[in-house]
Amino acid sequence: MGRYVIRRLLQMIPVFIGATLLIFLMVNVMGDPIAGLCGDRQCDPATEAQLRKDFGLDKPVWQQYLTYMGHVFSGDFGIAFNGQKVIDLMATAFPITIRLTIVAIVFEIIVGIIFGVITGLRRGRPVDTSVLLLTLVVIAVPTFVTGLLAQLLLGVKWHVIEPSVSSAAPLGELILPGLVLASVSLAYVTRLTRSSIAENVRSDYVRTAIAKGLPRHRVITRHLLRNSLIPVITFIGTDIGALMGGAIVTERIFNIHGVGFQLYQGILRQNTQTVVGFVTVLVIVFLVANLLVDLLYAVLDPRIRYA
Amino acid sequence: MRGAATHAKWAACAVAVALAATGCGGGGSGGGSGGGGADGVVRSSWGDPQNPLEPANTNEVQGGKVLDMIFRGLKRYNPKTGKAEDALAEKIDTKDSTNFTVTVKKGWTFSNGEKVTAKSFVDAWNYGADLKNNQKNAYFFQYIDGYAKVHPDTGQPTARTLSGLKVTGPQTFTVKLSQRFSTWPDTLGYAAFAPLPRAFYDNHAAWLSKPVGNGPYTVQNYTKGSQMSLRTWKGYPGPDKARNGGVDLKVYTDNNTAYTDLVAGNLDLVDDVPAAQLKNAKADLSGRYINTPAGIIQTLAFPYYDKAWNTPQAAKVRTGLSMAINRKQITDTIFQKTRTPATDWTSPVLGASGGYKAGLCGKACDYDPAAAKKLISEGGGIPGGRLKITYNADTGSHKEWVDAVCNSINNTLGNDKACVGSPVGTFADFRNQIGQKKLTGPFRAGWQMDYPLIQNFLQPLYYTNASSNDGKWSNPQFDKLVNEANADTDTKTAISKFQQAEGVVRDQMAAIPLWYQNGSAGYSDRITHVELNPFSVPVYNEIKVS
Repeated sequence: MGRYVIRRLLQMIPVFIGATLLIFLMVNVMGDPIAGLCGDRQCDPATEAQLRKDFGLDKPVWQQYLTYMGHVFSGDFGIAFNGQKVIDLMATAFPITIRLTIVAIVFEIIVGIIFGVITGLRRGRPVDTSVLLLTLVVIAVPTFVTGLLAQLLLGVKWHVIEPSVSSAAPLGELILPGLVLASVSLAYVTRLTRSSIAENVRSDYVRTAIAKGLPRHRVITRHLLRNSLIPVITFIGTDIGALMGGAIVTERIFNIHGVGFQLYQGILRQNTQTVVGFVTVLVIVFLVANLLVDLLYAVLDPRIRYA
Repeated sequence: MRGAATHAKWAACAVAVALAATGCGGGGSGGGSGGGGADGVVRSSWGDPQNPLEPANTNEVQGGKVLDMIFRGLKRYNPKTGKAEDALAEKIDTKDSTNFTVTVKKGWTFSNGEKVTAKSFVDAWNYGADLKNNQKNAYFFQYIDGYAKVHPDTGQPTARTLSGLKVTGPQTFTVKLSQRFSTWPDTLGYAAFAPLPRAFYDNHAAWLSKPVGNGPYTVQNYTKGSQMSLRTWKGYPGPDKARNGGVDLKVYTDNNTAYTDLVAGNLDLVDDVPAAQLKNAKADLSGRYINTPAGIIQTLAFPYYDKAWNTPQAAKVRTGLSMAINRKQITDTIFQKTRTPATDWTSPVLGASGGYKAGLCGKACDYDPAAAKKLISEGGGIPGGRLKITYNADTGSHKEWVDAVCNSINNTLGNDKACVGSPVGTFADFRNQIGQKKLTGPFRAGWQMDYPLIQNFLQPLYYTNASSNDGKWSNPQFDKLVNEANADTDTKTAISKFQQAEGVVRDQMAAIPLWYQNGSAGYSDRITHVELNPFSVPVYNEIKVS
């Protein structure tokens, strides 16, 4: 087990370097960011040269990348164009997006798995059909449509919530955006759980458990669910990273100043420091979530061993 | 759509239950915006400023908005007429349009109690001009003597202060310009010329996190990237005191969300109504919608570094292209009348006395397909055979109007391949291609005035090697007329000289004027007396909260 974890951690290093290098090059290919800093007019050449020097943009790309990575390992993510440290931007943006992601994940786990279990156990019945139809609709409708509709109906027409989230973004205000963000994944979780449950409900160990006279809820939670959750956990695990990075649409609609907003601003302003910094952290989150998922397998199914 | 609606209803029910269960509905947006009257706080939309908030470093509207609230300079532009009027300036004297003596009014202080003296100005200007401080508006000080030493085009500066600035008393200082510039005092209303307190230099980082100025508002709280709370400064000595308790500027990720918030009653003022909502704005806001001219003109500029465009024949082609564009139709349908077809190269906000001359462009700006076709063929057709209009696709929905302009030209020429739009991914890349002179055809150009002077609409854009002469147009006749106008001590004759220079721009069709841009704003029924100044920024201190 320990050896497995260490091997996985070591594997992260090339993935990490590759990912950051790619992002670094991509942002660089987009052109010279200083040109856009002075608005619709040319910066005067002297100031331009000075700014370029300050941001290290006068050096070749490989050298910029090496300097940048050197700084990153000492915890310095550079300075954004508005004069703020990128680490400060992260300190405000990540907690908000993490809260949003947690809300989304909780919806996915609770609602998705409950729906999945119910439909899986009642295959072919009206409940199953209607939930399946519902998930189909959710998957088919893009997030921005669901988001804008929910905002318009609940926020503007019925005044149930505020249409935009305040800058502090407390948990209560993130419930609807979280649900919108989770909606598509939630549908997938439901479907994954359903098919997994439907498959395992006829297996020998479930029949044995029932034959032993175990109470129904114990059969479901301890035997059936535990064995059916492996594909679901895999999906949810990879989804954590996807939700955090993919929150751009939801964050824009509901005015949430999280990672998506900062990334969007960074890309628009071609701010290499911001974009690479945030993506670097997202890559780490993704890698760690994947590792955790793999380790969880053993907890769910002790037959799985790590060499 | 039926399915989507049903789903939304389901989701709505689920959320309603969830919200009720946790007992935490929306509630409490922004900090304490309770009462009305003189203490009422205006909740306004904001965009994240691109640069650090320093007077000489702020070159876009969002940062400028704040500076306008927390600073007063020597002059202030009248929010209604755009005229430069004395604010902190007691008087500005000159005999030769080169040497000026400035007297600063007594009795003014910064909100931290420090007195505003002549030194507050001179130090601030020296700071702004100094290359070492990377101020993006440094070029505003370029007319002051000694600028080349403090801010050389290449190499290291050889001086830290402008030799043209001298403090001669507690409230007086002299300015020596490097050339004659009769309307120079009128430029001093621009934010870059604001005075700065000692705190700015002593603890720069602290000042940036909570700027201190001498305007009607003070910064109570600033969370970068999300909100700035400004409160009325009770000790403000000026005549334009704030008539409300303060302003909360809230950063929005998207101006559509800001508009939604306004309609839902969570916001009082949106000063940038999204294009998609212009149609509904009048009905949604039942009259609380403003659409007034601003000092912004949109043009098509040409690359004169490309030989094909820099011939006498090409001037005919450019005039022909100008006549091929149906400005009225485009401004009516695409912009919902938030643009006005341009008939000169300045802006209506200048007023006739300030140099705006409706119809100066004459026939060259009238839609006349037959004449357009004739002129273009006389000029030898479009250089390169095909017109590519370059624009940036990331902001400002430029695609729609560029396509419309192309359509108009294609219809005129009876060739649907004559003109195409050529989008560039980001604004930075667009500016980059302009800077590197890579463009071979016309490109979108917009000019937002720095100060309401005709000089500002002509000199930076068309003077040889001027700062925003992106197309590198050069004409000795135009340069000569501008020099003469600047040297003229009489404003009236100076302005008519500028108009003569504008005539040169017209005859050569240096850039095709498209339309004047309006500022558009919407507001809630909680506030009254909302107006936009000629820079399309709300006049916050006049707003009353009921």
